[in-house]
Amino acid sequence: MDALALEASGKKLPNGSSITALPPTTPAKRKPAKKAKKAVVFFEVEILDAKTKDKLCFLDKVEPNATIGEIKSMFHKSHPQFYPARQSIRLDPKGKSLKDEDVLQHLPVGTTATFYFRDLGAQISWVTVFLTEYTGPLVIYLLFYFRVPFIYAPKYDFTTSKHWVVHLACMCHSFHYVKRLLETLFVHRFSHGTMPLRNIFKNCSYYWGFAAWMAYYINHPLYTPPSEFTNIQFILVTLEFFNFCQIGNLSIHIALRNLRPPGSKTRKIPYPTKNPFTWIFVLVSCPNYTYELGSWLGFTLMTQCLPVAFFTLVGFIQMTVWAKGKHRSYLKEFRDYPPLRSPILPFVL
Amino acid sequence: MSAAAAGTSKAAHGPDVASKKRKGPGALATAYLVIYNVVMTAGWLVIAVGLARAYLARGSYHGLYYSIEKPLKFFQTGAILEILHCAVGIVPSSVVLTGFQVMSRVFLTWAVTHSVREVQSEDSVLLFVTAWTVTEIIRYSFYTFSLLNHLPYLIKWARYTFFFVLYPMGVTGELLTIYAALPFVQKTGLYSVTLPNKYNFSFDYYTFLILVMFSYIPLFPQLYFHMIRQRKKVLGQVEDYSKVE
Repeated sequence: MDALALEASGKKLPNGSSITALPPTTPAKRKPAKKAKKAVVFFEVEILDAKTKDKLCFLDKVEPNATIGEIKSMFHKSHPQFYPARQSIRLDPKGKSLKDEDVLQHLPVGTTATFYFRDLGAQISWVTVFLTEYTGPLVIYLLFYFRVPFIYAPKYDFTTSKHWVVHLACMCHSFHYVKRLLETLFVHRFSHGTMPLRNIFKNCSYYWGFAAWMAYYINHPLYTPPSEFTNIQFILVTLEFFNFCQIGNLSIHIALRNLRPPGSKTRKIPYPTKNPFTWIFVLVSCPNYTYELGSWLGFTLMTQCLPVAFFTLVGFIQMTVWAKGKHRSYLKEFRDYPPLRSPILPFVL
Repeated sequence: MSAAAAGTSKAAHGPDVASKKRKGPGALATAYLVIYNVVMTAGWLVIAVGLARAYLARGSYHGLYYSIEKPLKFFQTGAILEILHCAVGIVPSSVVLTGFQVMSRVFLTWAVTHSVREVQSEDSVLLFVTAWTVTEIIRYSFYTFSLLNHLPYLIKWARYTFFFVLYPMGVTGELLTIYAALPFVQKTGLYSVTLPNKYNFSFDYYTFLILVMFSYIPLFPQLYFHMIRQRKKVLGQVEDYSKVE
């Protein structure tokens, strides 16, 4: 944003702070606080609607080193309903969205830049979506575990299962979602701030729906635990496997977090660290998904419940799609990407 | 006052800007599709003739299902190939959409009408079988002629006009048939699984059928209005051209 223009208009910056009588410097730019100004070539920016080609906004006296993010803030001023997160600014109506970090003078535009705008629709922050979609299963499972009224026959209200594997399953399931909530708050560093609003309905239906479906059977009075063949040893093995994969998944999340300095959106190739759980990076691009699959396989075997198997399968399919996409973008972005790696399953997928 | 250093900037588009050209079916695929569509047209004609003959022979339209049961099952199930055609790419339709449409037909044919003997004598069965028969004869001949690049306007018009009546007719027949099946499904516990069992799973086909019936409420209008929009696009063009002249 042109600090002079902002100051003159007396408006606040998008982040809420207002410009006081400071010399025209901002953290992103390093302009000397000289009284005598150098001759700076200002840009003119016009923003057209990508579909109708209507002229929506004209900005003059834009700094050459203004970023797309700053231009979005300026556009937001003239169109308050389009907050920056829902703006897609591109050079071509059908082209890719420009990044917030892109600098105006480094784009292939003349001193009068023409951009096209597309509305991405109402947006919601990733953190909000994650917190909502993960809290649901945590609470819902516990409702079934404690057998609150109107789920099972009234004589079972508030009773507890006589099978100890059911208690174990509740602990594992709850631990898993508490872990996810804590990771959302303290570990993950998101590339995008927001996603389309409708995603929260889609995602919550998926997580909450499956959680209810699984919890109904595991905590059912007529639940059948693993038979005498698959005895205590078996259950403990599945528990150990589950825990192993949970720690693995957390290790990967932390390793990925450490690739990225706080507040940045840099992308780097992940490599194995001192933590043995990360050595799987040698063979796999997205080991967080590998470990996640492992956790749910363990949980499926522990509970011997078909709906859990379905949930594991659907999750596996979705994670494979994501892993293949991520693997492809790694290959595209980094010429020296390790060739031995597979997207999600070593050598296989 | 020259512009900024455009020379040093990267192009805004990546190397994969070149649009992916859709591969139309090759000569072999076209030949196969023509044969497929001709066979399907013939098959549904057989069903149509079978219905007509049975009606004339009996003098009533009750219980005509039995006279065309086998070709109906054969040719309706054969339509599963169409999902494959989309998956392989020789037909430019969505796999998911085609899959959904075909499987809903197959579901009604096998999981409802075949499985619940008591509904086979219902008139609602004749209602949807007739709707399907007329629709499919027009649809498959439409595809056949399109592939041969000699589509008579009449067929195109019929395909995008008859649905106004055939869609609601078919949907009514389907819903009434499912509804008629409900009491028998509940009584016999058909396709249902109860607790306790070692898979810790249960499925109530009766409830499932009720949910299927409710799903028609959001789905049917979407499909119907999609066809109306298609009609405007496909038939509207011809009217425009004639106006220009």
